[in-house]
Amino acid sequence: MTAQRILELLDGRLLLGELPEEEIHSACGSDMMSDVLAFPKERMVLLTGLTNAHVMRTCEMLDVLLVVFVRGKIPGPDVLAEAEKRDIVVMATPYTLYEACGRLYSNGLPSGVSTQEGRCGEWVQSH
Amino acid sequence: MGAITLKESYPVEAGDFSTAGEASGKIKRVLKKLGIDSAIVRRVAVAAYEVELNLVIHSMGGHMDLIVEPDYLQLNVHDRGPGIPDVDLAMREGYSTASDDVRTMGFGAGMGLPNMRRNANDFSIRSTVGVGTDIEMGFKL
Ligand SMILES: Nc1ncnc2c1ncn2[C@@H]1O[C@H](COP(=O)(O)OP(=O)(O)OP(=O)(O)O)[C@@H](O)[C@H]1O
Ligand SMILES: [Mg+2]
Repeated sequence: MTAQRILELLDGRLLLGELPEEEIHSACGSDMMSDVLAFPKERMVLLTGLTNAHVMRTCEMLDVLLVVFVRGKIPGPDVLAEAEKRDIVVMATPYTLYEACGRLYSNGLPSGVSTQEGRCGEWVQSH
Repeated sequence: MGAITLKESYPVEAGDFSTAGEASGKIKRVLKKLGIDSAIVRRVAVAAYEVELNLVIHSMGGHMDLIVEPDYLQLNVHDRGPGIPDVDLAMREGYSTASDDVRTMGFGAGMGLPNMRRNANDFSIRSTVGVGTDIEMGFKL
């Protein structure tokens, strides 16, 4: 799926950077950065309601191409500056995390295969 | 053992959330510059970021040492305490003692240590309460 298509499906607003030409292959929706870090995927878009600088640092580690902030949240200038330093493209959508993910998924953007061997989908007991 | 191509040490301050992740960012850029395969760079970067955040959140500070040899990379991490009382429990997915404050910042899922072990080819952890924690991670290049 192209970034342009993502922008359209999410009634999005581009906050920073230029839409990447390369196809987006996978997506992750979460407010927990440690969950995002556990299942890295190729050419990923991250959808999140978390608007702090750690989102950008996490994205740097995972080579995330595009970040979408949900529920109309616009991050502060400090967070956008962190994204700019790392050449990460940022958009915002009025939809909730649930609905934004649903729109992309039902239009053919898969969750993607984790580059980590077969761990996603296992049961995890909380302590 | 091959010749050492690079050895660097990065200090990590306890509790300093504003700079948390900077050491890992530096490590990632250094490895990229060395021309190491991008999938391996990412695995090292994720493990480094997880361990750096643990030092910021859970420890009293410490340092991360990066040693790059032609066919092996080591990330050795040492902190000054407080140590982990039950390492087996801490290694389980979902176990976390992180505060609600830390959770609202997007961390504290109890995924960090298992994620380090998963990303590294070799992983060892030793911890003594009141002394500190040592984590050694090795990556085949
Ligand atoms: N360097 C350390 N010093 C003291 N305790 C630690 C250290 N690293 C980890 N721990 C303990 O081990 C637990 C599990 O660590 P782990 O990194 O797996 O999860 P977390 O940091 O709580 O959450 P996440 O990594 O998902 O953000 C921590 O909650 C903490 O109690
Ligand atoms: Mg952790």
